[in-house]
Amino acid sequence: MTTRTASVQRHPDADRVPAALQLEGVSKHYGRSPGVVALELTIAAGELVTLIGPSGCGKSTTLRLAAGLDRPDAGIIRVAGEVVADGRRFVDPERRRVGLVFQDHALFPHLTVARNVEFGLDRLTRSERRVRTGDVLDLVQLSHLANRYPHELSGGEQQRVALARALAPRPAVVLLDEPFSSLDESLRAQVRRDTVATLRETGTTGVLVTHDQTEALSVGSRVIVMRNGVIEQADVPEKVFEQPATRFVASFMGDADFLPARVHRALLTCEIGIVSTVPGWANSDVDVDVVLRPHEVSLRPDPDASARVSAVEYQGAFVLHHVRLASGRTLRSWQPHTVRHPVGTAVAVSVAAGTTPTLLLGDQAITSPPPNGSLKRNQPTPSS
Amino acid sequence: MTRRTVGANRPVWTAVVILVALMVATPVLAVVLDGVGSIGEAVIPRGLPEMMLTTLALMLGVAAGTLLVGGGLAWLVTAYRFPLRNTLVWLLVMPLAVPAYILGFVFLSVFDVAGPVQSALRAVLGSEVWVPQVRSLPAAVLVMSLSLYPYVYLLVRAALIEQSADTYDAARTLGAGRGRTLRRVLLPLARPSLAAGLSLVMMETLTDFATVQYFNVQTLSVGIYLIWKGTFNFHAATQLAVLVLLFAVAVLASERALRGRARYHQRGGRGQSIQPEQLRGARGWAATTLCIAALAAGFLIPVLQLLAWAVQEAVENPGFLADPRFGEYLVNTLFVATVTALACVVLSVTVGHGMRMSGGRIVASAVQLTTFGYAVPGAVVGIGVLISFAAVDTALERAGVPGGTGLLVTGSVLGILYAYVIRFLAPAYQAVDASFAKIPPTVTFAALSLGAPPRRILARVHAPLARPGVAVALMLVAIDAVKELPIVLLLRPFGFTTASVWVYELARENFWEKASLPALVIVAAAVLPVFVLVRHAHRAETGRRASS
Repeated sequence: MTTRTASVQRHPDADRVPAALQLEGVSKHYGRSPGVVALELTIAAGELVTLIGPSGCGKSTTLRLAAGLDRPDAGIIRVAGEVVADGRRFVDPERRRVGLVFQDHALFPHLTVARNVEFGLDRLTRSERRVRTGDVLDLVQLSHLANRYPHELSGGEQQRVALARALAPRPAVVLLDEPFSSLDESLRAQVRRDTVATLRETGTTGVLVTHDQTEALSVGSRVIVMRNGVIEQADVPEKVFEQPATRFVASFMGDADFLPARVHRALLTCEIGIVSTVPGWANSDVDVDVVLRPHEVSLRPDPDASARVSAVEYQGAFVLHHVRLASGRTLRSWQPHTVRHPVGTAVAVSVAAGTTPTLLLGDQAITSPPPNGSLKRNQPTPSS
Repeated sequence: MTRRTVGANRPVWTAVVILVALMVATPVLAVVLDGVGSIGEAVIPRGLPEMMLTTLALMLGVAAGTLLVGGGLAWLVTAYRFPLRNTLVWLLVMPLAVPAYILGFVFLSVFDVAGPVQSALRAVLGSEVWVPQVRSLPAAVLVMSLSLYPYVYLLVRAALIEQSADTYDAARTLGAGRGRTLRRVLLPLARPSLAAGLSLVMMETLTDFATVQYFNVQTLSVGIYLIWKGTFNFHAATQLAVLVLLFAVAVLASERALRGRARYHQRGGRGQSIQPEQLRGARGWAATTLCIAALAAGFLIPVLQLLAWAVQEAVENPGFLADPRFGEYLVNTLFVATVTALACVVLSVTVGHGMRMSGGRIVASAVQLTTFGYAVPGAVVGIGVLISFAAVDTALERAGVPGGTGLLVTGSVLGILYAYVIRFLAPAYQAVDASFAKIPPTVTFAALSLGAPPRRILARVHAPLARPGVAVALMLVAIDAVKELPIVLLLRPFGFTTASVWVYELARENFWEKASLPALVIVAAAVLPVFVLVRHAHRAETGRRASS
């Protein structure tokens, strides 16, 4: 059985430039609750990854460990190839080249914008400091506000100052802890675009923690999904969404419904009929769960069908239909905003053509037949 | 990132916090060790059981008195509306500004044999008329209750305001009368605050050994003072100090017990405060009179009397104002107050910063330890400082330094400062900590990630941002130090006098007119924090009203 593992993809340059941030077998417990468990994570130089998971999943702990605000119980942490924490050594946060941007921006309220930015540049001469401050303020287009105090700025401007301040000392990696969640909905998209543009423009390595799925998928060149202190999946956004590695990732990253299904001689069938063919599974006969997302489910009114529309939610561009199947299970389907089947309508449910749904065995996704699922051992499994 | 401290260990800052805690704890530990270690060696002073009984009676008496006056007035101004109520609500706190040792001698001047009251009685009823003994325990209870009731008043009032009207209205609609609602619902809900207020009052009573001496009341603290000043007998004094400490522990324990498991905080609810009921006509004016009577007895009359004496003295004896001693003692007072305030603030900011830099259970307990001096009676702190200094001297002499540091002989101003810092570090830390709590932890983390080492963060980020708390702490400590009497009396070296000691000495000799001017200086200084306290509480209350 081959599961999609949470292994780390290697950046093309990984062999020449040391990884900006590397965690090897890092664990940290807080009392009885596990913060992170045997974490393996490599962020290549220049990468911008997003870290997502439910609250308590360990994403903030990961950030604290990387920044040096907490000491790991076990494992090795490297910043730009240099060991900053292992069993013996521990480099204090002020000596690590790790920048931080927080949700509350954490600007120094008693210092002007320019002084905030200069705070991390005290090792430079005065003229160097002034030049660098001017440069990063230009970068975030805030030079005209250099002499203002933080409370005189808007939320978006404060966020940009926080970013400029973190970038000024040229850190090896910038950690952003839900940097946009304190902003108004209307402002957030714009600030997010600007921030990502700035990070990419400067080639900064960034780790952005978020709880917003759309943000995670749209910002990151790689998305790391965490739960209960372990990484469930780390991959490019398309793979995380289209080929989730686990049942949790499937349901956490976007809407997903699960139906019991069976692969028999490369044919995937479930309650709503034949879903698709599964190439390479010609000799298989195995019970699985199939993951269906609302955009993959088609509906057609059919008086003879046994499925009924049980609820309809208008969501603007789409109309989300909840459909109750004969078995009592429900599926969700997105229909274009012009289509609305009233509650109680009998509908035939099918899977949109061209869909290659994810199959789950237990809670893990599978891409090739499990060793005990072949036709030769055709007995029903004890559990079924 | 909700954790408030940097979890990575910082041994230096941990050590700094622990050092401060040890510094605070050492004298008290010394008292306990010496007192317990010398059991059987020292002669138990005569009259010890009476002293203990007197102490207990005084504490219970003052507790009952402040409960009656403070609790009663708090209920009156919260549950009813009557003429001048809105002004009286705040003025009733003013007696805090008149220390008991000042109120005490004004009381004596008015009611003692030579005072106007007894003279008038004699003039009307003849010289054989019976009057109660003025220099007695009940009089001491009365004076201390009048001076200390604002503690109970403030805490109970805050508790009553915090209770939402919903609770009160629910009880009323269930058919309970106003009195029964008070007994069955409001008092139990206010119990934790009541317990806190009463324990504060009892601690202050336990600490005092100046006021009670006007009234010839022999408490344990008086015993310590007399034994120490009379015989310089270490062991006898420390054993009494251990007893005082036991009383203090008993007070704190009973506060815990009274509070019970109760955490009746109804905070945040949308509940409005209890709507006061209008008292009309004579009943309204009776309430006003009650409040004014308490205010008059605890503040107005003593201050007016002091002013009258001061004016009289200035007219009859103008040279008095030019008395060089007056200036000298004021300078002494200011010096001690300023150095104490600065030391307390520096330590508080350091501890607050250390707490940020190096979290963890050990540091948190050490921080707790730094503030417990406030709960240790002054006599215990004083004796503890003395024997700690003596131990240092002895150690140095053994090490071959002739005469040691001479700390015990010459360093007693240092001793006063040390004892003050132990006593007043708690209010300073609370004020500074309130400011620290407003610095988001992310600001500290951001500063660290920008490469600033802890010392630079202290200087450039934490200290500037804690400035409001620092200002409050400086003022609170300085004024506490100006008012403080027992510790100076116990520790002062020969010839070192502060304003408070001067007041006490003059008053003991019945030179009331001469004592009036320094007493007024102390009252004037003490009015300041009361004013700030009132403004703060007022703002909190109106803010609460606006938000509800």
